[in-house]
Amino acid sequence: MDIQQIISELREYKGKADGTDLKIMEVCGTHTAAIFRKGIRQLISPKIRLISGPGCPVCVTPTAYIDKCIEYAMKDNHVLLTFGDMMKVPGSKGSLSDMAGQGAHVKLMYSPFEAIELASAHPDTTYVIAAVGFETTVPSYGLVLEEIRRREIQNVRLVTALKTVLPALEYICSNQPDIDGFLMPGHVSVITGSNAFHGLAEKYHKPFVVAGFEAEHILTAIYMIVKQIQHGQGMVENAYPGAVRPEGNPKALAVIDEFFEPGPAMWRGLGIIPDSGLYLKEGDVGRGLDQDRELPEACRCGDVIVGKINPNECPMFGKGCDPGAPYGPCMVSAEGACGIWYRNSRG
Amino acid sequence: MKITMAHGSGGKDSALLMGSIFGKYFANPILDQMDDAAVLETTAFVPGSKLACTTDTFVVTPVVFPGGDIGKLSVCGTVNDLLMMGATPKYLTCGFVLQEGLDVDLLEQVVESMARTAKEAGVLIIAGDTKVVEGNGELYINTTGIGVVPPGREIHAGSCEEGDAIILSGTLGDHHACILGARMGIENPIESDCACLGDITATLHDNGVDVRAMRDVTRGGLATILNEICQSSGLLAMLEEDKIPVTPVVQDFCNLLGLEPFYMGNEGKMIAVVAKKDAKKTLQLMKKTVHGKDAEIIGEMKAGNGVLVRTPLGSTRVLDVLYGEGLPRIC
Repeated sequence: MDIQQIISELREYKGKADGTDLKIMEVCGTHTAAIFRKGIRQLISPKIRLISGPGCPVCVTPTAYIDKCIEYAMKDNHVLLTFGDMMKVPGSKGSLSDMAGQGAHVKLMYSPFEAIELASAHPDTTYVIAAVGFETTVPSYGLVLEEIRRREIQNVRLVTALKTVLPALEYICSNQPDIDGFLMPGHVSVITGSNAFHGLAEKYHKPFVVAGFEAEHILTAIYMIVKQIQHGQGMVENAYPGAVRPEGNPKALAVIDEFFEPGPAMWRGLGIIPDSGLYLKEGDVGRGLDQDRELPEACRCGDVIVGKINPNECPMFGKGCDPGAPYGPCMVSAEGACGIWYRNSRG
Repeated sequence: MKITMAHGSGGKDSALLMGSIFGKYFANPILDQMDDAAVLETTAFVPGSKLACTTDTFVVTPVVFPGGDIGKLSVCGTVNDLLMMGATPKYLTCGFVLQEGLDVDLLEQVVESMARTAKEAGVLIIAGDTKVVEGNGELYINTTGIGVVPPGREIHAGSCEEGDAIILSGTLGDHHACILGARMGIENPIESDCACLGDITATLHDNGVDVRAMRDVTRGGLATILNEICQSSGLLAMLEEDKIPVTPVVQDFCNLLGLEPFYMGNEGKMIAVVAKKDAKKTLQLMKKTVHGKDAEIIGEMKAGNGVLVRTPLGSTRVLDVLYGEGLPRIC
C-alpha cells in the first residue's frame, strides 16, 4: 500500500470503537527517537497516542550497578570500560563521570572487543567491561567471552546489567492493561525473531508488530496495529521482514545460551522482574545488584517507562532535570524517553 | 627514532628537532629570523582594514586518518575560522605538545602535511613552540591564525535577515564518520572532508555576493551552528531535509550507530547565509569550486526562533543543539 494512502488513513483515524484514543507503546528507544526525527506524531490523528516504553538498557540500570562499576574503577590496576551513555547515570555517591575526576580509571569504549586488545597489551591491568544491554548487545559480549576463552586471557572481567525485553513486556501487559498495541523493536527482533512474541499476543490478545526505523516502516506498523484493533485481532505481524526472521538469529541465540542464563533483574523505576536478566553462568558479579536509590517523589521515571505518563507530564521535566544535568535515568541516555522528548520537542 | 624529554629541553636535542623538521618544512623569511617574537609589517594593510585573530587546539586520534592528519587539520581548522569572518588568512603560529615515545617519522609526516596545507592556503607559519610531556607517543597541536578583513566587509551571524537563503557547501558527517569508524575499527571507505575553504569564500567575495554570515560546520554539526546563528540574529532557520546532502555510505554508518548527520562534525564544509536575491548565484558559484561541488540551498531564515526541519513526508521537527558528546548508542 502506498505510504501517502497509509498517512491519509492514519490522519483520518477517529479513535477506537468507543471513541477513545488508541494507545500504542513503542518499546525501543530508537523508535522513540525515530518518531521525533521523522515527525510521525504530526502525520497521524491525535486519537493515536504513541507512548514511549522502557526501551533503553541504560535508563533501567539500578544505582547499585553504578556503584559496583565505580568500586572496580577505583581499584588499583583496574580500568573500567564503558559505553559513553553510562557516564552520567547517577550512582549513590555520584556518576562514573564524577568519579573519573576523583581518581577512578574509566575509559570509554566503542566496542567490548577493545578489552581484548587492551588486556593483551597490558597484562598487569584488569579490564572490567560494564556490560549493559538488551538482546541486541548480549551476543557481542558472548563473542568477547569466546575470544577470551580461546586466547586464554586472564585479565578481562564483565560486570553485567544485561536485560531481556520479553519479561518486561509481560510486566507492562499485566500492569498497564490500557495499552492497545505494541510497536516491537527491529534490532531486538533480529536476534529473538518475531515468533518470540506469539505467547504475549495470545495471552493478552494484543497486536505486536515488528518495525524498522524509517518513517515508512513505523507508519506501516502503526497502520497494521490500527487494522488489527479494528478487526478485533491480537497477533504478531512483521513489518520488517527484510531484517527480521520468524525464528530470529539462531547463531546469536546460541552464543547467548552458551554463556548466559536468565535470572531476576532490577529495572530502575519498575522493581525486580523475574527472569528478565541475563547472567554469566559462572561467577557473575552483576548478580544481586538490585539495590536502587529511592528517586525523589517528583521524579516519575517509573511511570514514564511503563507508559503511564508522557515525559513532559513529569513535574521535574526541564525543571531540575534536563540533558545537561539529568536526574532521572530516562533523561541521561541518548535513547532515554525523557532525553529524546526534551531534545526534540522544545522551541 | 622516538621523541624523548630531551627534545623539549631547549638544548641540543630541541635544536636538532627545530633544524631537521620544523625549520626544514616551515622555512620563511619571518620565521627564519628565529627571534623571540615574529615582527610583522603593517604597511601592507589597506587603511580601514581590520585584523581577525582566532585560536584552536587539535587533539584528534588517530593522528593520521583517511583524507588527512592532525597537521592538515590544524591548518584547515584555523584558516577556515578566519575565512568565515570574511578575512584573508595571512599568518599562523603553532604550538606542539609531543608525548614521549612519539615516532619522529610520524612527527615529520605531520609537519610536512602542515607546511603543504599552509602553502596551499597562502598562509605563513611565523612562530612556534614545542613541549614534550610524559605519555604514549601522541601529539597535540595548537594553531593561532591572523587574517585581514578588507574595509567595508561585515560578516556576522547577527546580520542575517528574514528571507535570506541558507546554502550548505557539501555533504554532512564525512569527517566525524571517518574518525569514529577508525576508532571503532569499522571498515568503511569514508574519507575525512578536511580542507581549507578559501576557494569558496574567494569566489563569493570576488563576485559581489551579499554574504550575511558564514560558519564552518565543525563540532556540534549543522544543527548546533544554525542554532547559534538563529540566536545571534533572532530568527528561525527552516530547513528542507531532502535538500541536505549526505553520502549513502555516511547515512548507512549513522543508521548503524544511531547517529544523525545533523549533529556530526565536518572539517571541510561551511554554510553561507546570503541575501535571497543572491541564492541561485551563490549556489552556482559554489558548485564550480573544488570544495563546494555538492552545495545545495537547504533552507531559509524566517521570523521566529530556533531551527526547524521539514521531513520528506511533510512533518516538521525541532533541531536543538547537540547535548553531550554525540556518542554511539549501545543498543
